[in-house]
Amino acid sequence: MQRRTKRLIGKSAFYLLLAVIVLYTVFPFYWAVVSSLKSGSALFQVEFWPAHPQWHNYLAVFREQPFGRNILNSLFVAVSTVALSLALALAAAWSLGRVRFRGRTLLLLVILGVSMFPQIAVLSGMFELISSLGLYNNLLALSFSYLIFTLPFTVWVLTTFMRELPKELEEAAIVDGATPLTIVTRVFMPLMGPALVTTGLLAFIAAWNEFLFALTFTLSGDMRTVPVAIALISGASEHELPWGNIMAASVIVTVPLIALVLVFQRRIVSGLTAGAIKG
Amino acid sequence: MSTLLSKLLTLLLLILISGGVARAATLSISCGAVGKELSLCRQGVEAWSQRTGHHVKVVATPNSATERFALYQQILASHSSDIDILQIDVVWPGTLAPHLVDLSQYIGGDVTQQYFPALIANNTIAGKLVALPWFTNAGVLYYRKDLLKKYHAQPPATWQQLTATARRIQDAERRAGNPRMQGFVFQAKGYEGLTCDALEWIDSFGGGALVDADGTVTVDNPRAVAALQLAASWIGDIAPQGVLNYDEEESRGVFQSGNAVFMRNWPYAWALGNAADSPIRGRIGVVALPAGGPDGHQTGTLGGWQLAVSRYSQHPELAADLVRHLTAYAEQKRRAIAGSYNPAIPALYRDKEVLAAVPFFGTLYTTFEHAVARPSRIAGSKYARVSAEFYYAVHDVLSGKTEAAPALAALQSKLTRLSRGGQW
Amino acid sequence: MRARTSRLTHQRVRAAWLFLAPVLLVLALVAGWPLLKTIAYGFTDASLIDPASAKFVGFDNFSYLLLDANWWAAVWNTVVFAVVSVALETALGLIIALALNAQFPGRGGLRAAILIPWAIPTVVSAQMWSWMFNDVFGVINHILLALGLIAQPIAWLASPDTALLAIILVDVWKTTPFMALLLLAGLQMLPQECFESARVDGVHPLKVFLRVTLPLLKPALMVAVIFRLLDALRMFDLVYVMSGNSRDTMSMSVYARQQLIDFGDLGFGSAAATLIFAIIALFTVVYLTVARVGRED
Repeated sequence: MQRRTKRLIGKSAFYLLLAVIVLYTVFPFYWAVVSSLKSGSALFQVEFWPAHPQWHNYLAVFREQPFGRNILNSLFVAVSTVALSLALALAAAWSLGRVRFRGRTLLLLVILGVSMFPQIAVLSGMFELISSLGLYNNLLALSFSYLIFTLPFTVWVLTTFMRELPKELEEAAIVDGATPLTIVTRVFMPLMGPALVTTGLLAFIAAWNEFLFALTFTLSGDMRTVPVAIALISGASEHELPWGNIMAASVIVTVPLIALVLVFQRRIVSGLTAGAIKG
Repeated sequence: MSTLLSKLLTLLLLILISGGVARAATLSISCGAVGKELSLCRQGVEAWSQRTGHHVKVVATPNSATERFALYQQILASHSSDIDILQIDVVWPGTLAPHLVDLSQYIGGDVTQQYFPALIANNTIAGKLVALPWFTNAGVLYYRKDLLKKYHAQPPATWQQLTATARRIQDAERRAGNPRMQGFVFQAKGYEGLTCDALEWIDSFGGGALVDADGTVTVDNPRAVAALQLAASWIGDIAPQGVLNYDEEESRGVFQSGNAVFMRNWPYAWALGNAADSPIRGRIGVVALPAGGPDGHQTGTLGGWQLAVSRYSQHPELAADLVRHLTAYAEQKRRAIAGSYNPAIPALYRDKEVLAAVPFFGTLYTTFEHAVARPSRIAGSKYARVSAEFYYAVHDVLSGKTEAAPALAALQSKLTRLSRGGQW
Repeated sequence: MRARTSRLTHQRVRAAWLFLAPVLLVLALVAGWPLLKTIAYGFTDASLIDPASAKFVGFDNFSYLLLDANWWAAVWNTVVFAVVSVALETALGLIIALALNAQFPGRGGLRAAILIPWAIPTVVSAQMWSWMFNDVFGVINHILLALGLIAQPIAWLASPDTALLAIILVDVWKTTPFMALLLLAGLQMLPQECFESARVDGVHPLKVFLRVTLPLLKPALMVAVIFRLLDALRMFDLVYVMSGNSRDTMSMSVYARQQLIDFGDLGFGSAAATLIFAIIALFTVVYLTVARVGRED
């Protein structure tokens, strides 16, 4: 009897803990949804469900700036960044993971080191680079500059995956006289599916959320990405902050991302596993 | 997906390039972000476009002044012609001047005469007129008409009166069952807004404007100390502690939700406070900021925006013409009526149609005329540092970390060193 | 036979370098060049508005920097922030990971819930939280007052005592999902036999956790911690959006940004940025030596 009570208490404590955690993680998003349904002065009142929910903030987001265009821009930048970094990193991962040569540990460390640059440290140099390449106010500038934080990460994770794969696969191909390019594209790429999805998704989220470069390297409204567009939503006058619109825009862009994460969540977990253990 | 997009992008690029070859010139102007400010700018620009046949692109830049400033500096430093006409803050001409066109070669003295002389002086750097005033701004005091009437109080003429009135009404309202009521809210977060607020306190006490006309640092004086001592006494008394992290919108949030008796803010809060859904609609009064005691004077910090032409513009003459159009009497009048933007032209404060739309323009004319300028002209590119040192010192005094007198003495020596003994 | 093998090895090494070349080239261009530029600017008096007229000033910027109390305050804030928030994230992430590793109804929902904070752009979530933290109309004070946990509204972001704490709370919210996922991945890799035998022997669950789970989880934990620690040492947008340039919470990156952008002092700001990089690199070297991650077997 006593054991049963103890178990019951333990179980309730467990669920209580989970409830607190869920509240902590979900409440701010819930609050964003609630705020997005309010307008004007109602925003300054604390109400746990708006008395008069209104949808016009959602319409205003699309009416007042090319928000649809901004979403497409973000998609283009994120997808191209992911494609570029995966292609480059896959080749590099084969070299670093499957071939023994002098200095490869050092190279791995140097590549890791790149991901330690504070963004602000490279901002001015990057701006000069972008303008000298004639890419200012061009989405390609973003795809290009985002490689600074996606490449080190993708190279590291893909390298650790490559190391995991059995030797025999490659040896059979070598005996058949396959070139390294064939080996990478025909032998490894199909096997790397989950790893590519995981790293791709993580890189996608990083590129999708990036703010500082996107603000600095684009200028016109139709070249902006989503985070910049949201940050630049402004009210009717200089100091006014149209909180309802900002929250509506945030909800609009967060929901698909959450959906994306939900769809891929199993893969994220299994993908990260190999990377995490081997380091 | 991405190939389709890149095709679209290429197409867009082609259109843009072919558009550039056509005869009519294309200018780009940065003015405001979205909202009323942007649409007003767009309408003004379109009128000019139709008259001249040239195309103008309106570029939305960050609404935050510091972000916009950073963007301008980077664009100008790379000598890019991406923006021809820049909307610049009243404190920027000193820093940006080397990259701006001297407008006096395109615009005659008869035109420049119509503006507030203080603004023209502010925009004249080393003999070059680098920008024309577009709209001005100055801090004002908002109060709750209904609450003052309920407690038989008058709008305060001095800060000491404000302190007493705010405390009386706040305490009475709290006893009456409104525990959130605050006496006075303003901007005391460590940023440019605090520089504006604190400059108003010090100037209203007769403590000067940090630096005098010939460049000498004057901030360490008994009147300035008295002003900051009074302001520091507000925190936790008539002002919530949270005011130390408030900017304009957070103070407006408190005031507009009916939780404050007084608020220091820019004129923009007037229209919003009187919007249809505002809980305090029709219960707001606006007066000039109080004086610092019987021998002080009423003042407000000069704000506002100017239009300037980039030196790297491909069409400086056309750009100057657009600037002249946008800053002209008729356009400023239209903006004053449609958006309650304070005109930079004194004559408009006597215009009947303008006064009908925004009544307090008439009563506050002297505030706008005698607004106190931040020392940006004399400090030039060092202004941002001067302002930061100032708001850090004031913030420390307000939060009780230091006393006013030693804080200002330390600030005095810091700024003197920064100014190389007043040479700048 | 031997000659063939060595020729093959030679060929493979050549191919390896060829395959590495694009990554190295891109990184040199995108990271190496701007960084060298920044380091070079650190030794000049360049201004943002006119970088061309820079003069070489030697180590002046660095010696000023080392004497600036604000810089050291920023270093201290950053270290406190990094250590406290990573510690909290690790603890919380571990709890979530352990929970997710157990079988219980609603596991999928919990997994979805903890991922939400990660998907919201930082710029937006920082603003959202500062709105919630507001002392007068913020929802957090409202709830705490209603529950009777506090008697007076707290000015979370205004008071020096709570500002850094509030920012840490938001960072923990934002990045615990990442930590939880990495740790969960580690947990799922652990051999089940150890736990089975421990359960059969009737060992107390807490003892199992401390004696079996934690040591086995150590490699995953170490990797997760280094990634987060380096991120935390570079932290910028959260602090910048929530409390601007306030000296109570200013981080190293915010300091560098203020010098570089607000004050337009490209030389001094670059010196600060260089020093940040050096500090982080130092941390990394120490950590990699101690934790022995990234070594080849």
